[in-house]
Amino acid sequence: MSELNDLYQELILDHKRHPRNFRDMPDATRAVDGHNPLCGDQLRLFVRVVDGRVEDVSFIGVGCAISMASASMLTEAVRGQTVGEAQRLFADVHDLLTSDHPHTDPAELGNLGALAGVHEYPMRVKCATLSWHTLDTALTSDDDSVTTE
Amino acid sequence: MNAIVKPTSDADWDVARVRRDFPILDQAVHGHPLAYLDNAATTQKPQSVIDAMDQYYRRDNANVHRGVHALAERATTDFEAARESVRRFINAASTREIVFVRGTTEAINLVASSFGQGLREGDEVILTAMEHHANIVPWQLLRERTGVVLRVLPITPAGELDLEALPGLFSAHTRLIALTHVSNALGTVNPVRQVVATAHERGVPVLLDGAQAMPHMRVDVQALDCDFYAFSGHKLFGPTGIGVLYGRETLLQAMPPYQGGGEMIRTVSFEKTTFAGLPHRFEAGTPDIAGAIGLGRAIEYLEKLDWGAAMAYENRLLEYATDRLRDIPGLRVIGEAQDKVALVSFVMDDVHPHDMGTILDHRGLAVRAGHHCAMPVMTFYQVPATSRASMAFYNTVEEIDRLAAALRHARELLA
Repeated sequence: MSELNDLYQELILDHKRHPRNFRDMPDATRAVDGHNPLCGDQLRLFVRVVDGRVEDVSFIGVGCAISMASASMLTEAVRGQTVGEAQRLFADVHDLLTSDHPHTDPAELGNLGALAGVHEYPMRVKCATLSWHTLDTALTSDDDSVTTE
Repeated sequence: MNAIVKPTSDADWDVARVRRDFPILDQAVHGHPLAYLDNAATTQKPQSVIDAMDQYYRRDNANVHRGVHALAERATTDFEAARESVRRFINAASTREIVFVRGTTEAINLVASSFGQGLREGDEVILTAMEHHANIVPWQLLRERTGVVLRVLPITPAGELDLEALPGLFSAHTRLIALTHVSNALGTVNPVRQVVATAHERGVPVLLDGAQAMPHMRVDVQALDCDFYAFSGHKLFGPTGIGVLYGRETLLQAMPPYQGGGEMIRTVSFEKTTFAGLPHRFEAGTPDIAGAIGLGRAIEYLEKLDWGAAMAYENRLLEYATDRLRDIPGLRVIGEAQDKVALVSFVMDDVHPHDMGTILDHRGLAVRAGHHCAMPVMTFYQVPATSRASMAFYNTVEEIDRLAAALRHARELLA
């Protein structure tokens, strides 16, 4: 197993301590609850999509450092993207975290590349992907909640 | 009779020698010596248990209660000898009262399913707010089938049963009270004899979930006077896949079969089947023979221990761990009952239990993080999850020192 610092990188700790866009969004076009019943992580992700573009994205919730940091970094990465771009980013992040041979280069994902270390911790991957699955649900379905187990 | 075993002195408890009986403890994890503090999830196995199961498969493997060849006879003899070891260990009156099952969960499901067949809509079952899901969900399934009413005895902030509320929960329709002997999430040792006495005064039988009690104390089902007692082999230094339901013979006799199949019948025709006697009536299909033999050997190992010393030693571990952990800034112990087994549940400000679990693992410390299959307990304390260090008689104060140091490190890293 790799070093603990690969998992808890400074960037991740910074997002854990100071989550970005951690707020309610009264004018959201979609609000979806993400829940990992296995560990109790839960968040609500808000998006405001206008003309096919994510104008605003925010979240509230409780969970481990990895789940909170991942959600925080998600909001920074996705804001301003088209729905198509956000879906492709979800696919890339999912690939990076879950694939044994990811085709995604962490360097090309900017800050999100810091999540690559989670791959070495199979028990923690779902912590990191919770917010991304929630985003995917918000953008591609009518469901109001998603669970990962 | 063993209910009288009380903690004595741990002066003669040679933990180094005991640890040598458990080969798995001698290994490094992430470059640190393994400190296995997850004994409430499952315990480790002494060499004698591993050897007994190995020998069974190498030399004696055959199906039980059928066939007249030598191996079948050996397997049957050893399997039934294990049942006798269980009977002796918990001081049941008869091996007819010892039903082998997969574990505590199946034992409770058996009672909910079979004893539950005698219950009707409006009948009531009393549970407590500190139950493991295994002693909640089977009763909810019974409720769906029959319309029984579940009543729940609350707990106090310290994590003890609110016994003052107990008499008020009984009614003319109460048919059973099912509660845990020791809480897996809090460590609380419940005053089960008092509960049994209260229930029996009203003619209500009592099921005890003994999964967490058995590894920490000697249990005498006749002294407890309970009607059912359920426990798992793997939490008692034996293998997974085997467990025990003790049932008072008069109750078991009146209960219908749980599952149908081989082993549990006397004669079968398409018109009519007659069932085997106790305990085989409740053991359909080929049982976990190696598991039972392994459990029997674990019990033989435990019978040789000085339990007064072991309990005194575990009490010292609990006291030491509680003191050390309470000293750590931002740490809050969940579950502060007067009477506890060697288990400490805790939460730390700014450090989620899952991050805690990962950080401790990197220092070779195995603890459990999560809701411990006791979500109502988590809800009561308004925490999503806790970290839990659960000890056995082979743990050491040095391991607790390492735990305390790692907890301080976790706080420095994440807070």
